[in-house]
Amino acid sequence: MSASAASSKNATWLKGYILIYVLFLYLPIAIIPIFSFNNSIQAAFPLAGFTLEWYRSLVNNENLHRAFETSLIVGFSAALLATTIGMTIAYMEISAGDRVSRAISALARLPILIPGVIVGIALLILVNLAGLGPSRTAIVLGHTLVALPTAVVIMRSRFLSLPRSYSEVAMDLGAHEWTTFRRIVLPLAAPAIASSFMLSFLTSFDEFIVAFFLSGSEPTLPLYVWGQLRFPKSLPSVMALGSVILLASVVIATAAEIIRRRGASATELPVSSK
Amino acid sequence: MSVSAETDHPIPAASARQRRLFQFGMSAPGALATSILVLFALGIVLFLSFRTNDGSLLGGAFTLRNFLDTLSDPLYATIILRSLAIAGFVTFATVVTAYPVAYYLAFHAGKHRGLLLFIVTLPFWTSYLLRVFAWKVVLAYNGVLNSVLLTTGLTSEPILAFLNTPAAVVVTLAHAYAAFAILPIYVALENVPRSLIEAAEDLGARPVTIFRKIILPISMPGVMGAALVVFVPTVGDYVTPALVGGPSSTMIGSMIQAQFGKANDWPFGAALAVIVMLVILALVVGVRFADKHIGSRT
Repeated sequence: MSASAASSKNATWLKGYILIYVLFLYLPIAIIPIFSFNNSIQAAFPLAGFTLEWYRSLVNNENLHRAFETSLIVGFSAALLATTIGMTIAYMEISAGDRVSRAISALARLPILIPGVIVGIALLILVNLAGLGPSRTAIVLGHTLVALPTAVVIMRSRFLSLPRSYSEVAMDLGAHEWTTFRRIVLPLAAPAIASSFMLSFLTSFDEFIVAFFLSGSEPTLPLYVWGQLRFPKSLPSVMALGSVILLASVVIATAAEIIRRRGASATELPVSSK
Repeated sequence: MSVSAETDHPIPAASARQRRLFQFGMSAPGALATSILVLFALGIVLFLSFRTNDGSLLGGAFTLRNFLDTLSDPLYATIILRSLAIAGFVTFATVVTAYPVAYYLAFHAGKHRGLLLFIVTLPFWTSYLLRVFAWKVVLAYNGVLNSVLLTTGLTSEPILAFLNTPAAVVVTLAHAYAAFAILPIYVALENVPRSLIEAAEDLGARPVTIFRKIILPISMPGVMGAALVVFVPTVGDYVTPALVGGPSSTMIGSMIQAQFGKANDWPFGAALAVIVMLVILALVVGVRFADKHIGSRT
């Protein structure tokens, strides 16, 4: 009795702590949307008044639109590459499980242990050696590398949760490996693939330091933001832009989470029962 | 998903070839990507760190100068030690503050677990640059925090000492990597056998004892893992020292960037990068070793 009473008292303390912790996480971020509507160059309390001027300033900004376009192209390409590569790596690790596949998977998750600056310079040297130089393609390669660990981890946990018997049955019935993969494994892993794609896209969309080294004449959105931070006058516009970016990130991350959760429990075969 | 042992009918040669083709096709993208983007790219950094700087891409000749320079000039030693100290502070603060959150998630969150886990990890998926920028706005001289302190009458003048200090770097980085620390600890706590705790309770152990003797030791690998994934990105961070740190908190990431930018000495920058990677490697080996010897005994 006394133990459980103590533990419930602890839980109350913990609850208070969690609340403070979550506030600490979110309050500084909330500053950005709050001041994006504030009618003053200065970001300080008390708030001066409500305005949409800073959002209006984003509408006809040609440089901003180009940066946004670059970020979209780079993000889609990197997400496609990272998810495809991550999926094959995870599949080979789980299904074949030989030493080479496991080594490749470990290497693919290694970038977690490399600071962004070093990923940036390593790829900068690489793309210069390849004669490519800093460019959109270079950023795509860099972001593929940065997003690869996430993709592998997501796909791995999905393949691990799939009952092996499904593909074994398919192959005993004479299906080739490719057919089994395409007809059984892929449909079952579809939610994880979607989730991996979205989170890889998000990783690229928000990534700064690797793109900082690898961008040529076409900055991504975070690089555009970085450039604007030098001018105190443009800070309110950065807040407005930042709010839009934050909102997009939250929406994409939430969607990825919902898709992943829906898919995580589904192990029914994708064949219709009629 | 290999053909199971129970299938005794022999596999036709065509099918075996198709199988090899499939495995090759599935292995190729990963093999290609990891060997070029990870192995070769890191190898080329290592190579360049032993080259002289003659303005060409791969340097002029072999040399140890780059490493000797970092040792002889106290400036570099200072910056490397400062990076380690700041990353160490951040790691400690992040792990200690994250532990109770992970603990609550694992033992008390109940049906709200999924939601809470999502709430604490969501900021991680938002732009890192914007989160650091937010702190710059909060800590600035005529910024949010000072304006709050002024209007509530807690101070009569803005406090200069927030921005451009190593402390600002520590707070900002601790905020940025909070979610990194929660997940590994949470996973480790999830693995604590509930039967062990119940047995200890039945034998009359007090909650503090249970925590100290059972939960904490078993979750140590998670704590180590958390420390590692927080330490790595913070030690080489570039954005935070640049935005909120000021000149007194220049870190190794800024030094490396400068070699590839203004200073235009790529081999020396590569050598600095190699030093950072060696420190990280030593930590990984240390954590592995600690895991093996003091890690989970379940």
